[in-house]
Amino acid sequence: MILPADPWTALSASADQAPAIEARELTRRFGDFTAVDAISFSVATGEVFGFLGANGAGKTTAIRMLIGLLAPSSGSARVAGHDVATQADGIRRRIGYMSQRFALYEDLTVRENIQLFGGIYGLSGTQIRDRTQALLLRLGLEHAHKKLVGALPLGWKQKLALSVALLHEPRVIFLDEPTGGVDPITRRQFWQMIYEAAAEGTTVLVTTHYMDEAEYCDRISIMVDGRIAAMGAPADLKRDHGVESVDDLFVRLARPSSAAAAAGA
Amino acid sequence: MSSAFQGFMRKEILHLLRDRQTLAILLLLPLIQMLLFGFAIRTEVDDIRLAIVDPAPDPATLELRNRLEASGLFDVGSVLTGAAGLKRMFEDGSVRQAIVFESGFAARLARGEPARVQILTDATDPNSGSAMQAYAMAVIQRYESELRAARSKGATGAVQIALQTRMRFNPAMRSENLFVPGLLAFVVTLVSALMTAISIAREKEMGTMEVLLVSPLRPWQIVAGKVVPYIGLGFGTLVLLLAIARVVFDVPVRGNPALLLAECLLYTVTALSLGVLISTRAASQRTAMIAALAGLMLPTMLLSGFIFPIESMPAPLRAITNVVPARWFVIVVRGIMVKGAGIAQLWQETVIMLGMTVALLGMSARRLAIRLE
Repeated sequence: MILPADPWTALSASADQAPAIEARELTRRFGDFTAVDAISFSVATGEVFGFLGANGAGKTTAIRMLIGLLAPSSGSARVAGHDVATQADGIRRRIGYMSQRFALYEDLTVRENIQLFGGIYGLSGTQIRDRTQALLLRLGLEHAHKKLVGALPLGWKQKLALSVALLHEPRVIFLDEPTGGVDPITRRQFWQMIYEAAAEGTTVLVTTHYMDEAEYCDRISIMVDGRIAAMGAPADLKRDHGVESVDDLFVRLARPSSAAAAAGA
Repeated sequence: MSSAFQGFMRKEILHLLRDRQTLAILLLLPLIQMLLFGFAIRTEVDDIRLAIVDPAPDPATLELRNRLEASGLFDVGSVLTGAAGLKRMFEDGSVRQAIVFESGFAARLARGEPARVQILTDATDPNSGSAMQAYAMAVIQRYESELRAARSKGATGAVQIALQTRMRFNPAMRSENLFVPGLLAFVVTLVSALMTAISIAREKEMGTMEVLLVSPLRPWQIVAGKVVPYIGLGFGTLVLLLAIARVVFDVPVRGNPALLLAECLLYTVTALSLGVLISTRAASQRTAMIAALAGLMLPTMLLSGFIFPIESMPAPLRAITNVVPARWFVIVVRGIMVKGAGIAQLWQETVIMLGMTVALLGMSARRLAIRLE
C-alpha cells in the first residue's frame, strides 16, 4: 500500500539536496566537563547513520542537542533544514524520536497509543485511521489492537514504538539505542523496519553499542570522549584501519584514550 | 492542533480511569476523612458538667439556673457560693464549664444596671469548648432578650446582662474554628496537587515526557492536558464534601453558594498548579510524592489555620503561612460558610489565590519551556 506522500517532502525537492542533518563544531559542556567536543558531520537524506561509542562517549548528549532537548554550548546544527538552537519548533514536526527507554503508555491500548501520537503530530482522523490499520497489519498486531501495551512482550513493544515514531512520516528519525535488551530475531526485524523507512526517504540516525548493528549502517561515526574518532562507511573504515570488524576498530580507537587518561591521572 | 490537545487530554482521562485502585482511593479517602474528622472533632457537647457559683441566689439567678438545666445540655454538678474551689475542679476535669453570678444580680437587673455573669469554659478541645460556650451564652442571651421584651412595655430602663466569657487552658481558640473549610483545603490538596505531581513525574520516570517534549505539543498544552482532568476530579470531590458537610454535619452555608463554588474551583486550580510545579522539579514519582506530602499536606494541615490558629503562632511561622495557599482558601470558605461574607469582604484573599495560581502556572510552563536546559 502506498502511503499518501508527505506534502513537505513533495514540495521541497530542492531541500533534499541539503543534508538532513548537519552539525558544525557542535559542543556541549556541563561545567568543566565537555560531553560533546566540537563534532562536525553531515547525514544525507535517506541515509542510515550509526552513532557508536562507549557509554558516556557523548552519543546521547549529541542526540539531545539535535532534537532540541538540550541547547548547544557552542557550534551549530541543522536538522531537516532548521537550526536546532533557533528553529526548534520547525524541527519537532519533522522528526521522530525513540529513546533508550520504552516510551509508549503501558496503560493505554495499542490503538490508543497510535491514535494519541497521531493526534499529537497533527494527523487528520482519516490519516490516523488508515495508518493505524496499515501499521497493525505490518506488525501483525491486528488482533492485539485492544491489548494494553504493557501486556505486550518487549520485542513487540519496541517494534510498536518504532512504528509510532514513524507514524507521521518524519524526515529524520532519531533512535537512541532502540534495540537494548531485545532478542536477536527481533533486532533483525527491527533493522528491517529501519531499512524500509530509509527506503521511503526517512533519514535515520541510530545509536547503538551492538557492533554487528554498526555493519548495517550506511555510514558510522565512532565517538570517543566527546569527539568523533572515526567516520565513514563500515567497509572503508575497516580497510583503512586494517581491521577485521567494526568491533576491532572500536576497541582500537577506544583504548589509547583510556590509556592516556590513566597516564594523565 | 486543538485535536492534538484533545487527544492528549483524553489520554490523561484514560490513565485516570484505568487505574481503578487509585481512583477508588481518591474517591473514598475524602469521604472517610470527612466522616472521621467530622465525628471525631464534633465531640458530644450534651451533658456538659457545669458548676454554678451563685453567692446570693435570687429570682433571676434561679431562673437562669433552671433554664440551663432545662436545656438538657448541662449537667449541673455543684452549686457553690464562692469561686475558691473552681480552679481545682477545672483542673481535675470534674467540671468543664462554670457560670459565675455576682451577688445582687436580680437587683441590678431591676435597676437597669449591668448585671454581671461570667462563663468559664474548658477549651482544651477548642471545638467542643466553643460549642459549650455558645450554648451557655445562648441560654443567657435568650433570657436577657426575653426580659428586655417584657420590660420595654413597662419602659423602666434597659435590661443589661454583662456577659463575660473566658476560655480556660486554651484562650486563643476561636469559635468559628470549624473543621470543614480546612478539611476541604486538605482534601483538594491531596487529590489535585499530589495526583498531578505524581502523574507528571510518572511521565518523566517512564521517559514519555521526553517524547512529549520532542513532539510539536507546546509546553502549556502539556501542562494543561495533564491538569484539566484533575480539575474535574478535584472540584467534584469538593462539591461532594460540601454536600456531606451540609447534609451530615449540618454546616451552614450562610453566604452565596455560587461564590463558594467559584472559590472552590479557583483553589482546585491553585492546588493543581502547585502539583505541576513540584512535578517539574521532581525526577521520580517517589520524589514527587514525598515533596507533595511534606511540602504541601503538612503546611496545609498545620499552617492554614485549619488546626492551629494563625494568630497565636510565633511571628516567623505566621509570616510563612502567608505563602500557604490553603490559608487564604480557609479564610474564604470560613467567611462564606460561617460568616456569610461576600466577595466585597473576600476579594483580597481571592486576588491572592489568583495571583498565586498565575505565578505557579507561569513558573511551571517556563520550566517546561526551557526544554533547552
